[in-house]
Amino acid sequence: MGPIGENEFFFLMQGLRWTVLLAIVGFIGGGIFGILIALLRTSKTKVARTITAGYIGVFQGTPLLMQLFVVYYGVALLGFEVNAWIAVAIAFTLHASAFLGEIWRGSIEAVPKGQTEAANALGLHYVSRMKDVILPQALKISMPATIGFLVQLIKGTSLAAIVGFIELTRAGYIISNQTYRPLLVFGIVGAIYFIICWPLSYAGSGLEKRMAKAAR
Amino acid sequence: MTYTFDFGAVLDRAPELLWASLGTLGLALAGMLLALVIGILGVVARTSKSEITRTLVIVFVEVVRNTPFLVQIFFIYFALPLMGIRLNPTVTAIIALGINGGAYAIEIIRGGVESVSRGQIEAGFALGLHKADVFRLIVLKPALRAIYPSLTSQFIMLTLTTSVCTSIAAYELTSAAQRIESDTFRSFEVYFTVTAIYLVISTLMMGLFALISRHYFNYPTR
Repeated sequence: MGPIGENEFFFLMQGLRWTVLLAIVGFIGGGIFGILIALLRTSKTKVARTITAGYIGVFQGTPLLMQLFVVYYGVALLGFEVNAWIAVAIAFTLHASAFLGEIWRGSIEAVPKGQTEAANALGLHYVSRMKDVILPQALKISMPATIGFLVQLIKGTSLAAIVGFIELTRAGYIISNQTYRPLLVFGIVGAIYFIICWPLSYAGSGLEKRMAKAAR
Repeated sequence: MTYTFDFGAVLDRAPELLWASLGTLGLALAGMLLALVIGILGVVARTSKSEITRTLVIVFVEVVRNTPFLVQIFFIYFALPLMGIRLNPTVTAIIALGINGGAYAIEIIRGGVESVSRGQIEAGFALGLHKADVFRLIVLKPALRAIYPSLTSQFIMLTLTTSVCTSIAAYELTSAAQRIESDTFRSFEVYFTVTAIYLVISTLMMGLFALISRHYFNYPTR
């Protein structure tokens, strides 16, 4: 058994940096495409609704790990010379856009119909109606679920370890193999994830409770 | 693009994929049952008089829900042998899936139990219903109906999560895919096919759950 010293801890922190970076890139990229998906999913055009429903269905109906593998090898086949980092980031972005799109579709539909009608009566066109009236309210409604998904995404970045990407979990695995202290190492790794995820979960459920009370 | 797709290499291994799919279904089913048992026990323990028991349940739920399944399965995989328990990877995977799903099930079932209002139970007794009937018709069935959508979508999530069990080489679809990939080097074709199989599995499960719901919960509530 080897000791868990400064070097090992530093290695874990380097892994953590990739975990955080992957989660941020996935969340921001997924957020941008997610809004697009949500808008198309709630649009008047049937084709757009059907296509986005299919997109969401595929990503929600298959394991994230498989999505990582398919995108990872698929991007290479398309002839792009990209490094593992970008391939994995693309996969998380696509994954997040489907889930956030579905969450935000629900929130857009949860905004009372009267708001749309009032905006129409005021003569607002589509962009202004969405940007100034519907989306701000939908964003508020979606907050608990959005934060919940962010936690899912942070935990999900651990699967990049299986594709061979050295993030927090993979770093833990390597150190565990070097030091033969799996319980201590994975205990620390788990604790790090917990320290990041739990405050978010707590804030999310607190928000949900407050909103449920306000709605009563 | 110079790459030529070769799904034939994957289709040659169809029987293997079929058996592995059954492995995935088996893992998922066993994991769900264990999750359900843990969920029910957890809800009972959460209403315990002992504060320590209640706190332990809350800590269990929060820890499991805020750490990745991959870390959990590694932890359990390495912890069990240290405790002198030697199990094959598939059984270890079932335990990990059950613990993970169980934490979510506790929260879902608790919400369902809390949704049954006291007034309904009193009304049931006032109508002269038997205690067993009150429990079956007024507590259990509406609670089941209330938790059914979240519980079943959690089950589908759990089924998709079984793919992570490849990390400890449990017998299921993703590990079969990795085996076929290393034999044929047809990475994209293998994972594309297996992703499609997962999509079929989860779609069928969704259909089945919807069918059960329509059959069993088909009564007006207002």
